[in-house]
Amino acid sequence: MDNNQKITGSEALLKTLIAEGVDTIFGYPGGQVIPVYDCLYDYQDRLKHVLVRHEQGATHAAQGYARVSGKVGVALVTSGPGATNTITGIADAMMDSTPMVVISGQVPSAMLGTDAFQEIDVIGITQPITKWAYQIRRPEDIAWAVSRAFHIASSGRPGPVVIDFAKDAQVGLVDYVYEKVNYVRSYQPIPELEPENIAAAAELINGAKKPFALVGQGVVLSGSEKELMAFLEKADIPAGSTVLGLSAMPSNYPLNKGMLGMHGNVGPNMKTNECDVLIAIGMRFDDRVTGNLQTYAKQAKIIHFDIDLSEIGKNVAVDIPVLGDAKETLAAVTEQLKPARHTEWIAEFDPHAKEEYEKVISREIHPQEGFLKMGEVIRKVSEAAENKAVLVTDVGQNQMMGVRYFKYTQTRSVVTSGGLGTMGYGLPAAIGAKFGAPERTVCLFTGDGGIQMTLQELGTIMQENLNVKIIILNNNFLGMVRQWQELFFNERYSATVMNNPDFVAIAKAYGLGSRMVEAREELDDAIQEMLNYDGAYVLVANVEDRGMVYPMVPAGGTITNIIMGDK
Amino acid sequence: MTEKTLYTVIIFSENTVGLLNQITIIFTRRQLNIETLSVSPSAIKGIHKFTITTFADQDTMDKVVKQIDKRVDILKAYYNTDEDLVYQEIALYKVATEQFIQTGAVEELIRKHNARILDMNESCVVLEKSGHYEETQALFKELSRTIGVLQFIRSGRVAITKSKVERLSDMLSSMEKKLQEKQGIRNGDD
Repeated sequence: MDNNQKITGSEALLKTLIAEGVDTIFGYPGGQVIPVYDCLYDYQDRLKHVLVRHEQGATHAAQGYARVSGKVGVALVTSGPGATNTITGIADAMMDSTPMVVISGQVPSAMLGTDAFQEIDVIGITQPITKWAYQIRRPEDIAWAVSRAFHIASSGRPGPVVIDFAKDAQVGLVDYVYEKVNYVRSYQPIPELEPENIAAAAELINGAKKPFALVGQGVVLSGSEKELMAFLEKADIPAGSTVLGLSAMPSNYPLNKGMLGMHGNVGPNMKTNECDVLIAIGMRFDDRVTGNLQTYAKQAKIIHFDIDLSEIGKNVAVDIPVLGDAKETLAAVTEQLKPARHTEWIAEFDPHAKEEYEKVISREIHPQEGFLKMGEVIRKVSEAAENKAVLVTDVGQNQMMGVRYFKYTQTRSVVTSGGLGTMGYGLPAAIGAKFGAPERTVCLFTGDGGIQMTLQELGTIMQENLNVKIIILNNNFLGMVRQWQELFFNERYSATVMNNPDFVAIAKAYGLGSRMVEAREELDDAIQEMLNYDGAYVLVANVEDRGMVYPMVPAGGTITNIIMGDK
Repeated sequence: MTEKTLYTVIIFSENTVGLLNQITIIFTRRQLNIETLSVSPSAIKGIHKFTITTFADQDTMDKVVKQIDKRVDILKAYYNTDEDLVYQEIALYKVATEQFIQTGAVEELIRKHNARILDMNESCVVLEKSGHYEETQALFKELSRTIGVLQFIRSGRVAITKSKVERLSDMLSSMEKKLQEKQGIRNGDD
């Protein structure tokens, strides 16, 4: 074929991205990826590139984008430090099953292994934290490898894929034909349904007096929110949610009994150890959910719905595994359920909710005096946005308070780093979330510690003129570590005091709207100003410096060790 | 601490760069030491077979094999204990020719251990013996005690299951069928 009809590897990459449905890329250029960026210049009308301020930000933004939209997030970076800066985001996406493709430039293939300038073994580094990592050395491999990357990232239990793209393959010419990859013979993304286990699960639930369901992110990832609620309603099963499963059910859904885990609600945590059949759906029995495994739900028969065989029995021994896509398996089990009522059992959650409200919640969201509390700021923002906003959090007290007190009316409303617990995740993830759901209000709750880990992304917000609402819950402490030090380390506040800059001045330096609030009577007005502001806004809420997240089940503890903080 | 057993992990994979790393990092995370490792092309073209032995408890083995099996380029991973397997290792022993001849018991030694001579020159003799670890080790001990061993090397284990079922070929044919169905559906759409 005539060379004139061939295209460069860089163009083949961009054509494949477009064919895979990509419209937004978060990235940062550098020496070994300039050819791709050069080509991107001609594709600006079809591929929106968001220039972040640090490659870690590109990955978290891609994650935020993926979490709200359900599409694969894409990050594009250069070799060497560009690639190593993405590691935290890749690991985070692996832990939280977030579909993401990270494309890193790489030195020309002839220089591989020679310690060339900005060469690093990206495949070797990322293999433990990716579903798949592949190095493209020849332009002929772009079409299948990039499409395969999207197939793997988005199918089954989603996760990150890395494509390491050697420079000679970027500039080399190729006869390009897009071919969709939707089959890899060594990879079975969705296990086949097992009718006998589906029947056994239905039978167990039909015989249950006190069934209880644990809802995880698997429900959101498979888009089975409707199937979930049909399942719960038919057999009248109360449910608790993991952090990442939040918003699969609306907050006010009657069978939604709240959040599980260390800082979860008392009712669902207590009832986990009282139910007779525990039904886990798309969750992985993380230690922050279970606490001590030796005392976790020992009385219950356990049914585990999951798409990933390696999760079955990993942490908790399971009586009946139900493998498959939750959308199919939930529907299949529901079909065999007998309609049931568990009115008395469900009512047993109420006293716990009442106790928690009196001892913890009302003090947190309706304090009468003293400094602002984190919970009251969060609940007011949630309600001022009619409980329709996307919640993005950083990690720490802001995160646990955020997921406890924000309310949800629609799915895919929570963007937070669950498994890896990445401080600095919030701000770039909020950027990605806004691109992924431009019609929705995006509210980031972050701390004075977390925001400073990726503060430079305010520059991205400025450049993109992006309307995100940023609430810094400022207590001049690394609050969650301080909380542990207060409770478990004799109040020895080692390295948790923060001397902070003037966050309002910083926001203004970036041209963003901003205001500090610390008086309770000004809070509503400040929140309204933030929400009404046309553009990004940083609300610096100076909250009590020694706030505590309660209830708390200490790490590795049992629900009976719960600390309510009312003593 | 739970009792540890020697398990043989057999893995079939695509023949791609970096597969071994993907497998060993899963062992590393669980602090499992790989006792022996052998990698070779399988009977099926383009598919590689790994045979790995490790001491572990069954619960850990179960989880590790699931995590290996989950990797995209792995076709199938499973584990067995020795009872389910026919397995073998091969060992080479280099001894000095002079001492070897002087023992006067060469024939007896070779017959007893079912060993054979692979190479011989005026300075050294290379013996070969295959068998289980205990067997190759027994010859090593005897040679060491009597005439001395100049060099010794033992391979990783190769193993084959005793069951008649060839799991991989069954799996591949069902995969093939699925692919055809999938393509059939796609062609039908066009």
